[in-house]
Formats: sequence, structure tokens, C-alpha cells
Amino acid sequence: MATDGKGRAGHDARATPGSYGVGQPRHVMQTTAPVHAPIDPLDAPLDTKRMVVNLGPSHPAMHGVTRAVVALEGETIRDMKLDIGFLHRGFEKSCENVTWTQCFPYTDRLNYVSSIMNNVGFALAVEKLCKLDVPDRAKWLRVITSEIHRICDHLTLVGAMGLELGAMTVFLYAIEARDHIWDRLTELCGARLTSNYVRIGGVSRDTPEGWIEKTQATLARAAELRETIDQLLTRNRIFQDRTRGTGVVSRADALDLGFTGPCLRASGEPYDVRKAAPYLTYDRVEFDVPVGPHGDNFDRYLMRMEEMRQSDKIIAQCFKMMEPGDIAVKDFRYVLPPKPQVYGTIEGVMAHFKLIMEGIKVPAGEAYSYTEAANGELGFYAVSDGGGRAYKLGLRAPGWPMLAALPFMTKDALLADLVPTFDSINMIGGEVEQ
Amino acid sequence: MAKAVIDALVARFPDAVYEPYEGVGGDDCAFVVKQRIADVCRMLKDDPRLQFNLAPYITAVDYLGQEPRFEVIYNCYSTTLNHRVRLRVKVPEGDAVLPSVVSVWRGADWFERYCFDMYGIRFTDHPDMRRLLMYDEFEGHPLRKDYPLKGRQPLVAEREIHDIYRGPGPADRD
Amino acid sequence: MATEIDIVPGITTRREEAQGFFEKLVSKGLGWARKNSLWQYPFVTACCGMEYMSVASARYDIARFGAEVPRFSPRQADLLLVVGTINCKQAPILRRIYEQMSEPKWVIAYGVCASSGGFYDNYATMQGIDRVVPVDVYIPGCPPRPEQVLDGLMLLQAKVQGQRHKLIDRIGAPELAQK
Repeated sequence: MATDGKGRAGHDARATPGSYGVGQPRHVMQTTAPVHAPIDPLDAPLDTKRMVVNLGPSHPAMHGVTRAVVALEGETIRDMKLDIGFLHRGFEKSCENVTWTQCFPYTDRLNYVSSIMNNVGFALAVEKLCKLDVPDRAKWLRVITSEIHRICDHLTLVGAMGLELGAMTVFLYAIEARDHIWDRLTELCGARLTSNYVRIGGVSRDTPEGWIEKTQATLARAAELRETIDQLLTRNRIFQDRTRGTGVVSRADALDLGFTGPCLRASGEPYDVRKAAPYLTYDRVEFDVPVGPHGDNFDRYLMRMEEMRQSDKIIAQCFKMMEPGDIAVKDFRYVLPPKPQVYGTIEGVMAHFKLIMEGIKVPAGEAYSYTEAANGELGFYAVSDGGGRAYKLGLRAPGWPMLAALPFMTKDALLADLVPTFDSINMIGGEVEQ
Repeated sequence: MAKAVIDALVARFPDAVYEPYEGVGGDDCAFVVKQRIADVCRMLKDDPRLQFNLAPYITAVDYLGQEPRFEVIYNCYSTTLNHRVRLRVKVPEGDAVLPSVVSVWRGADWFERYCFDMYGIRFTDHPDMRRLLMYDEFEGHPLRKDYPLKGRQPLVAEREIHDIYRGPGPADRD
Repeated sequence: MATEIDIVPGITTRREEAQGFFEKLVSKGLGWARKNSLWQYPFVTACCGMEYMSVASARYDIARFGAEVPRFSPRQADLLLVVGTINCKQAPILRRIYEQMSEPKWVIAYGVCASSGGFYDNYATMQGIDRVVPVDVYIPGCPPRPEQVLDGLMLLQAKVQGQRHKLIDRIGAPELAQK
């Protein structure tokens, strides 16, 4: 490695090899304090030294793996440099080498706390290219499962935020609620976490007997736990002291930096893709979109709590409005035929074979589909060359602009404010580092 | 949906914006000449009829075999007027340099670093043009079509493992 | 101690391998103590981390195995739980953390990405952490159910119980990746 390990103002380049841009223009951190005009020695500031501290990739407060090198003056962060890429798993390149349907597990593992939303976003992109319209029941199921996963995501965030600010009980309650919800999802999709439920043309299976009633009971229990968490945190003096007024982002800044989702709405901009460009059945359900005034960590936390309540409302309406019906388009070019036909008819066998071996033949072209994931606008840019494999699958991760703006948000803040700020932007490593 | 936007752009930059078309699903798209993309983006943000205030999603595609090889895509959106537009910039392989739009939207910063890291497309006037996701000792640009899928470049010497699947041998045998 | 020390056989034929009565008692006692108080370093990277959160919480309680306490310093931990995908950029850091842990130490590869790279067979992902650190127990699953994780932990406990533990351990200097 082209580093000599000495005197880079305290940076230990060996910790993450070469991350200071060997050969590229370096981001130079301000490591010496600015010089002041001469003043009375009694009023002179203390001789401060800037200390460079590495909040390394394997660190409890760095959700997943991010390296933050901060230049501290006392406890104040004067400069921060973020290093990511420690979870880059080659999502886009992997998706270019498998068939369209085989991309679903890869999309699951992007935002792994709310994986069905990733599935839905990808399916919408491909269906836009194929000009497919999925049946109604499939749309309702997609909306229901998306909202359930939105609740899981927000529960995880609230639990993690409580945990990192010292409230461990909140974490246990949130994980208990999440475990109950995952039990229902296991019955529906087969997996607790990475569900792989959506398919191009619909969803993969219908709800089992009695699932709807059980889910309503589970969501009621989750709502109870959520209200307990609310009582523990929202008016808690310590929580408020640490989150009110920290990590403030103004409305203009949030837009300029590319924020979307709850973080943008907490800064005052009422933009929600579900209302602005409704997809699936979001135009048929009624819900409110909370907007926060200050754009600080406390607002972002309140945003998540309120969105969970709105998701409950949406799911209740969906259960009332959903009718029995098909769960996928009945078109053998896109959806696997049912097993009796695969074993019984020659067309079924051929269709099955073609779909599995070669993949869905998506017409050539490009499409960008955007959905409101739990964290913000999740965009999939799909380019097809007419074959069974994706030519390019670009991902706009919702957490990406928020993470990129972290040095801006924590400038001149205390080191302790970094923790709730990092929590409230909900950086999920899988989506940010693709 | 956003036909008016494209018309306004073509009217203002007749030499820079060409071939507007309506894509699949009603997206309005146009091609932009690579040298003028920063000016076009500045108009998108500042013009009161357009108001593209949110930082766009910028990505790149490698059309290996076509000339120009790369294409940089800007998916712009406006939260106030609720319209979207897609701009496509063709970038030849030999001269893969574009003006950066960081001066227009600060949020474009990491997207452009990603394009550099994965495809090798550079952006002038960028405050911090470095690799983002891969480490600096990595040679090559992984998302290019001629980079092998399994082209691992390990940083630490790998241990010798006796693997049932691959059989004994050096660690980089796959 | 991960893989260099063999499990103590029940009956030995060579005199130098035989353990005296008192040594055997100490070994069993230390094995029991060590297996029931595994302090973990959760090296959490990806989706398996969510299941790790479930395992550590009230329903699938890892505290009943004595392994609840996550020590976020490698110096204080004896079980390195590598949870999630390790890619080529993270591998030197994993190696460094492993070297910083003091003996006795064990490694669990949690999840299929840590065991063998998972389905990420591409330019970025290390195909299993056993390419950089020696592993004791592999827990497959994407992500593994908490019951599976607890099963893996119990396997590790059985292994720890069966290893040869001494009151005073003289272990040579480990080989480091970077000098």
C-alpha cells in the first residue's frame, strides 16, 4: 500500500486501506484550529487541538458498517469524512447476470428491514417496461405487505434510536412487536425477513386461511407496544434533550441535498410519492401524510411514529376493500403456469421451461419506477435489451442522500449528537451500498 | 406528463437538447449534449415554470459495442410542480468527462462519485472526485460490461481452505 | 484456540496425550465456565443483523446461554460473531479485529454470506470468512432463523466443553496479517 503510516495528521490509513484516495485529490480535513486576532490573554480561548477520531467500520453506533473520520475540537465536530463501501455486494452486477425473476432475492436484501417494498419497486419497474397491469387482488396484497413492512422498518428505527440513547427496554418492545409481525409474514411468504413475495405480474401466493384475522390481532398488539414506546420516549426528558434541536436540516437544504421520505417531510416539505404519483391502490385509500416543522431528530422520530399509525389505517382499509380474485396475470409469458397445467399440458411445460431457463422476455427499453419506501423514494432504473436478463438495473437508494449529507448535518455539533442523527436518518447498509 | 418541460428546454437550448421522446409509461425524456448538461440543469432548477428543486438520481449505463459507449441518466423531479423528466447524456469512452451538477444541487455529489467509481466517468468541478464504494487499490471499474463478474481483487492474502465443493488448491482458484 | 486445539479424546493411547485426573477435572470445569459465559463481539454488517437483534431479544433469548453481553471491544470478547456479508474491503478489518482478540477465542460464521459468500459470487464479496479467519461453527441460512442460531451456539458450546483447557495456557504468538 502506498502509505507510510506516519504523520497524516493522525489518520491511520492502515485501518481502511487506501481510503484516502491514493492518487486522487484528497479531501483535506481542517486539522488546525483557525488563527484568531490577538485579544486580551484572560479572554483568549484555550489552546485547542483538533483530534482526529476514527469511528471505524465495526462500531456499535454505525448502523452496519460505515467509517466516519471526525476532526474534533473538544467535543465539537468540526469536520467529518465518511467512508462507505464496506457492504458493497455488487447488487447491480449480480442482477445483470441472472434472469429478471431471479433478481427478487437480490432486491430483498437491499433494504432488509422492509424487503417487500424493494420487491414491489423492482416489479413495478419491470411491469412498466412490459406494460403489464396486475390484477386488483395482487395490488391490494402488495400494498398490505408493503405497509406491514413499513411498520417493521419504523419499529426497528425507533427501537434502535432508543437503544443507542440508552433506553434498552424500548428496543426489546420494538423487537417483540416486530417478531409478532414477522410470524404473520412467515405464514404468508415463507420467510421472516427477506420475503421474496412479489413476482412480475403479481404476487407469489395468496393469503392462507384465517390470515387476515390473525394479522389484525397482531397489528393490534403491535399498536399496543408502539403506544407503550411512545409513552416511554416522546415526553421523556432525556430523549428530548438529545434529539430536539440536533441534526437540524432546513427545508431548502433538504431539497438541495436530495432528501426524500420522512426526513424530507420532517423538514417541512410535504412530498410523498404515494400522494403525488399514486401507484398500486394508494389512490383508493385515505391516509394523512405527517409533516414536521423543524427538521431535527425529534421531528424525524415523531414522523416515524405517526407514519406507523397511518400505515395501520391503510391496512385496515385494505382488508375491508380487498376482494378475492387472481393474484397474478394469467399470461404465461410472464407468470409461471399453475402446477396442474405444467404437469398436464404441453403448453404449460413449455412456458414453465422457457420462463425458468431463459427468463421473462422484457421488451427493450428503459423505465424508471419510483415508490415511497419506508425511508424515502426508492427508484429502480431498469434497462432491458429484449432478453431474459436485465441489461442494467440502477437503484436509487432512499438512504443515500441522507447519508451523504451527514457531514453537513453534524457540522459544529457535539459528538454525542452524531448518534441520534445517524439513527434518525435510518441508514440501512444494504441499500446504501447496494 | 411533463411535455411542457421538454418543450421549454428545447426552446431555450435548441442546440443542446435533442431528440425528445415519450418513454414507456409516460416518462418524458430528452437527450442532452454533454458539454451543456450543467447549464440545462441550472435552468431546470431556477426557472419558475420548471422548479426541479430535488436533487436528481444520476446513474450511468454501459452500452458496450455502441459508440458512444456510456450514457449518463439524470432523473429529475420537482416536488412543488410534481413533474418528472429524464435527461440522457451520451458519453464516449475516449472522452468520458462531463461537467458536474454539484453546483446546482449539492445532493448530486455522491451519485457522480458512484458513476466514476463504477464506470470511470469523470466530472469536472466536482469537490471530491474519488472512489466511493470500492477501495482505492481496486483497479478497473466494476460495472463496465467488460469487467468480469467474479473479478475479485482481495486486499488480504487469503487462507488456504480445504473446501469440499472446490477441492484443495490455492484460494483464488475460482 | 479456534481450530488449533483438538477435542480431547475420551480414551488415549499415547502417554503424552493422556490427561491426569486433576487436569481433566480442571479442563471440564473451565470448559463449563467458558461455554456458559461466551462474551460475543457482534461484527454485524448486513441483513443477518436483524435476525441477530431478534436472537438477542426477549423471545429467542440468547441470555439464557450466557451469551447476552455484546462487548464492542475485541479485547474483551471471546466469541467473534461474524454476522452478515464480508466483502473484500471489510476483510482486512475483520482480520484485524480477530487478531486483536485475546485467547481463547472462537469464531462463528453467522449466515450463509459469512460461511461461503452466499449468492453474492461477484467481484466485491469475500467467499466466506474462512478465507481470512479460522471458523469454528458455520450457521447457514439467509438469514438463519433464531432457532438455528441457537442450535449453532449450542454446537459451539459442545465444542468448547470438549476442548482441552488449562489453568495456565502457554500459546505461541499468533501470526498477524500485517507486521
